[in-house]
Amino acid sequence: MTTTSAPAIEVRGLRKTYGPVVAVDHVDLTVSEGEIFGVLGPNGSGKSTTVECIAGLRSPDAGTVRILGLDPSTEHDAVKRSVGVQLQSAGLQPKLRVREALDLFASFYDDPRDPVALATRLGLAERMDHPWRKLSGGQQQRLAIALALVGRPKVALLDELSTGLDPRSRREVWELVEEIRAEGTTILLVTHLMEEAQHLCDRIALVQRGRILVVDTPDGLIGRTAAPLVMSFVPDRTLDAAELTGLGGVSDVMERGGRLQVACDDSAVLLVLDRLRDLGVQPGRLRIAESSLDEAYLDLITADDSADAGERETVR
Amino acid sequence: MSTATASTARTSPAVAMLRTEARLMLREPGTMFWIVLFPTILLSILGAIPSFREPDETLGGIRVIDLYVPIAILLSAIMASLMSMPAVISGYRENQVLRRYATTPARPTHILMAQWIIHGAGILAGSVLAVAVGRIVFDVALPGAPLTYLGLFVLAVLANLSMGGLISGLAPSSKASAAIGTVVFFPTMFTAGVWVPVTVLPGLLGDLVALTPNGAAVLALDEAAAGRAPDLLHVLVLLAWTLGLGALAARYFRWE
Repeated sequence: MTTTSAPAIEVRGLRKTYGPVVAVDHVDLTVSEGEIFGVLGPNGSGKSTTVECIAGLRSPDAGTVRILGLDPSTEHDAVKRSVGVQLQSAGLQPKLRVREALDLFASFYDDPRDPVALATRLGLAERMDHPWRKLSGGQQQRLAIALALVGRPKVALLDELSTGLDPRSRREVWELVEEIRAEGTTILLVTHLMEEAQHLCDRIALVQRGRILVVDTPDGLIGRTAAPLVMSFVPDRTLDAAELTGLGGVSDVMERGGRLQVACDDSAVLLVLDRLRDLGVQPGRLRIAESSLDEAYLDLITADDSADAGERETVR
Repeated sequence: MSTATASTARTSPAVAMLRTEARLMLREPGTMFWIVLFPTILLSILGAIPSFREPDETLGGIRVIDLYVPIAILLSAIMASLMSMPAVISGYRENQVLRRYATTPARPTHILMAQWIIHGAGILAGSVLAVAVGRIVFDVALPGAPLTYLGLFVLAVLANLSMGGLISGLAPSSKASAAIGTVVFFPTMFTAGVWVPVTVLPGLLGDLVALTPNGAAVLALDEAAAGRAPDLLHVLVLLAWTLGLGALAARYFRWE
């Protein structure tokens, strides 16, 4: 997708430290208008701090942040009118009711969404008169999403979008996010859930220890792993895993509940099948599936971990 | 421009927040009781004692009940400032309510301003009730120097609310806030004369209490109630406390 307009979010050389701890270390990010951009990474990797700097809640130690062309640390009023933020953790007045919170937040903006429609969309219609403190964790989470979106923001920053939601509400929230993007909102999404990232995001930044390891599409990330495919089957006779591990393109073979799982690349599929025929083994209930983003993520994070350990070794 | 019209037609975030906080305050009947009703209930209990309704020569010919109207007013201010407001503000900080509003066009300052205003309004209601019941039931004369009285009232309320603001700034948690508030609460009530009116405190003790914000306030209010100009020293002491506590409350305020 080509766009002539300025990027919705542009972060250059962002650095933020808390005392001796470097939370964010030279992060560069560009999110295009209308994009759903995911930030993925382990706990404490600096994801939330990055979001807070973009939202103007924290001022960076170094680097620049532009959101809709504005500097959030100096032009907060303009930023806050056009940006909706769902923070990882933020409360509300304990006795404030759902309806009151939505009406209050809607009153802050020029052209708000209809609070009732939004609440209904998020399954809160029957909770309109409940105070914040009586809501379950999932309901509080859904209200937080509604409050971030009620102002019809041009950019939504969603930190841990679906944490604490059951699978059904999660699906509903995903649909809502896609709808909102279709209406033109740019979305920056911080998540732990690979499924969520894979389902929603156009591009993903993988963050580790305050740095960005890689930015790519979900498919691109999966393609980066050594074994983008998983073949799995039930052999009709005992088969020594070693028969397959030696094949070119096969990176791992393991048995799980009678099923053999072979992690491999595209070229290895036929080699594996040929070898099975040579051995006279029938691969029962054969499935060939794309490796998940989960595995790609672990691959990339672990690779970085060991690279880092290597560096430390050489320094020593 | 249509946007301009829309934004002028809209309630400002500060007003919307004030309305919300006021509504939430009304959902706390316990708090409302202590700030608005309790001081007048105490006044009425003391007024039920016959000797308190007799002119007392040692008090310069006024009655004990006359002294208790300003005390009831300060009691309302102390309840609001030490027992209610610090816990609310610390709770908002602890539960990251202020943080959430920091992401919206409203500002966390709007919530704080709303808290000061509604607690101030609660104190005003409690004070009007005390003055009215004093006048109607116990025949306590209305303040002889009403403008001076009102000015002293405003200073005293601000000094107490600043003390509450300072406590919520210094306390690490809402529990600590409530604990410190309670610890400060009793001596502060004493200095306002809740147990023994400050005018009858003997010698050094009386002089020391006159240097506290509520001690100075109650002595100055007594004079203004009688229609006399208050002792300048009391006014200056009160003013110094109001400015000093206000500056400290602002200095030690924390968002998170």
